[in-house]
Amino acid sequence: MMLGRLVTELLQVALLVGAAPLFVGWVRMLKCWTQGRTSASLLQPYRDLAKLFSKDVVLAENASWIFRFTPYLVFGTTIIAGAVVPMLTINLPLAPIADVIVLVGLFAIARFFTALAGMDIGTAFGGMGSSREMMVASLAEPAMLMAIFTVSLANKSTSLSHIAEVMYSGQSLLKPSLAFAFIAFILITLAETGRIPVDNPSTHLELTMLHEAMVLEYSGRHLALIEWAGMMKLFLFMALGSALFFPWGIAISDGPLEIAGAGIIILAKLAASGIVLVVIETGLAKMRLFRLTEFLGSAFLMATLGMLSFFILE
Amino acid sequence: MSMLAKALTAAFGEELMLDTRQLPSTVVCCTLPREKFAEAAKILKKAYALLAAEWAVDETPFGRGFAVCACFRWGREYLIVKSELSADDPSFPSLTKKFLPAYRFERQMQSLMGVTPMGHPDMRPWIKFEDWPQDAYPLRKSFDATKSMPRVAGDYQWARAEGEGVYEIPVGPVHAGIIEPGHFRFQAVGEMIVNLEERLGYVHKGTEKRFEALSWKDGAKLAGRVSGDTTVAHSIAYSMAVESMTGCRVPERAHWLRAIFLERERIANHLGDIGAICNDAAFAFMLYQCSRLRELVLRMNNRLFGHRFIMDKVFPGGVGVDIDNSGRSDMQAELEALSSDFEKLVVIYDENASLEDRVRETGILKPEQARELCVVGIVARASGMNLDCRIFNPFPPYDQYDRIELDVPVKITGDVHARTYVRVEEVRESIRIIRYILENLPEGPIVIAPGIPESDTSGFAAVEGWRGEIIYWLQAGPAGEINRCMVRDPSSLNWLGLEQAIPGNIVPDFPLCNKSFNQSYSGHDL
Repeated sequence: MMLGRLVTELLQVALLVGAAPLFVGWVRMLKCWTQGRTSASLLQPYRDLAKLFSKDVVLAENASWIFRFTPYLVFGTTIIAGAVVPMLTINLPLAPIADVIVLVGLFAIARFFTALAGMDIGTAFGGMGSSREMMVASLAEPAMLMAIFTVSLANKSTSLSHIAEVMYSGQSLLKPSLAFAFIAFILITLAETGRIPVDNPSTHLELTMLHEAMVLEYSGRHLALIEWAGMMKLFLFMALGSALFFPWGIAISDGPLEIAGAGIIILAKLAASGIVLVVIETGLAKMRLFRLTEFLGSAFLMATLGMLSFFILE
Repeated sequence: MSMLAKALTAAFGEELMLDTRQLPSTVVCCTLPREKFAEAAKILKKAYALLAAEWAVDETPFGRGFAVCACFRWGREYLIVKSELSADDPSFPSLTKKFLPAYRFERQMQSLMGVTPMGHPDMRPWIKFEDWPQDAYPLRKSFDATKSMPRVAGDYQWARAEGEGVYEIPVGPVHAGIIEPGHFRFQAVGEMIVNLEERLGYVHKGTEKRFEALSWKDGAKLAGRVSGDTTVAHSIAYSMAVESMTGCRVPERAHWLRAIFLERERIANHLGDIGAICNDAAFAFMLYQCSRLRELVLRMNNRLFGHRFIMDKVFPGGVGVDIDNSGRSDMQAELEALSSDFEKLVVIYDENASLEDRVRETGILKPEQARELCVVGIVARASGMNLDCRIFNPFPPYDQYDRIELDVPVKITGDVHARTYVRVEEVRESIRIIRYILENLPEGPIVIAPGIPESDTSGFAAVEGWRGEIIYWLQAGPAGEINRCMVRDPSSLNWLGLEQAIPGNIVPDFPLCNKSFNQSYSGHDL
């Protein structure tokens, strides 16, 4: 039994690592279509990664171990995060090692080291990016935790597997607190994954960058790992949203057929979430940097309202 | 006599001499002793004139020394004040304290011609780099342009802000996008920019010097390459300056065809800019749609006129390509489609609140700053200055106001939105003008022999390119060759506007502001 579950766990991590570039390719493809362009192939992100892996790393002379270590750390923490978010099944053997609060912590570690690496070389852009990223973090993380607390309260647990299980059983349907938490979660997802209107993932303008400015100095396999981790993070947030709010379709027993079915369903859900993401991104311009406080403030407000409505109504 | 010339005559009396070698005769050129050069500027400033250009001329081939010229503009008048300098003491009183744009003109004159503006507050080189020998003055006749320049050690002192939390962001000269090179240095506190200093000159190609080695005919080709995106307007300006010197009367049809080229260039560039401005606010949809429309315009140019940017089709004496009836109806159909698609995009621009939030109140160049800096073109019109050569110094066919009733948009807010919207309205206006021209195109030849300018005469032309007023001042040497070709792209003035519009904005808004100015590096770095 345990062995079977470990296989599922590995499958899930493989799905994350393998399908994340596909998801990004899908989002880019949709984006091209909404802008009236023909798009590159769905597989283009894989080619980009392969290209980066085949290139040499160009390292600044004053780069410290932090700079070299960060890509592996970011990639690693993202994989661990992927191991605890229920995508295929709720019976993840590694789920007990991390609840949803630790998950936020994992992302925070990756971000902390990315920000340090951004400042490590000492370029103006890196420091600028780090300071902006930290500003966003200081606003997004409390909102994220608040939204997650609301979901946890409604489902009586901070364990992701347990939350997914309770949601799946339908006991938490029609709870207004969850609606508020969901809206907050969408706003936070846009901020955390660096999408428009918070950040522009496809810009070349260093002065406007948030996340990209921190990693400007990276090249070769380092950059590949960071880019890949970024793709996985986007994938994970969508999967997390699915686990927290729409777990239907996930496997609750260990049958191989059921797990295969869950794999197809999660990909379908992600494809749909990609459409929502692209609709949001196409219709909006990027916000002026200091509007982010209002944007993430309203995410926090939504999450707080969710919590209040839980205590008042439920 | 013009108002400006009257003001000068009243002040200087006998000392003021009219220079009749300056053509066309509508442009007044007065000579004054060099001590009076700055005084004249002071009087003209009181008469509300704006400085349009300032340049130096090496007149040693005529057996004279150097000369400094300053061109002033007031309403419809252009007035050139010229002072001769002796070859062994080429210094003159600086105009910088009266007219801010003289700040860079004079640094450039000092760097390239070696004439010294006395009383100039900042004598760092401009355009010429510090690793060139101090005494190498490329625009002087004694300078041999065929030899390569030795490199010396040099240093450039940047303006610095000091205090707690101030940090410096160097950007460029090589940028991430596919654009020309230029260096920007920001002093910022947090995200707030306290100072921006530009450093240009990376695309210096010795263009003005190169003109002097060319024939009048080949000059038109070089003029078309001063700034590639403005090739039509530059070649029209050059051609008109030459035609003013030879007294050549260009056929009516050629004038009207030039106007078609000019307006098509305006439409293409404005479409590109509107899209690019929105893209810098991460609203990529507009970029791709505007680029599509721009591409259609360029392809039509290629099909009808043989070049996407209509390069080398305008030269002294006329134009090199005509339009037939089928071309005319093709273009009318194209404009119909363009106009309807463009209006749909304008609605999207107007109604998107998130975009509006970015472009309004960003990068404001106040009207009083715009006036002080003597900016021109789109930048001036977005900051409340009603300037347009097509109206105020009308060249044919725009001089037929009663027929081409030009309506130039003027906004007063001076922000990114104003500069974008001036473009939007100019696209509409240009479409209308082209349609009118197509319906009323006069018959006749499109080119005549331009003639050869007489020795020691000078010509002048001002043309409204898509960025703004382009000025050419040409002088014929002793053997009737080009002795000096002064090119004043609008960028020479408007780069200063950008520098002044930025402080007080936040760092991530700079690309958006910069794109809304979109000045030429090549046109500035001559």
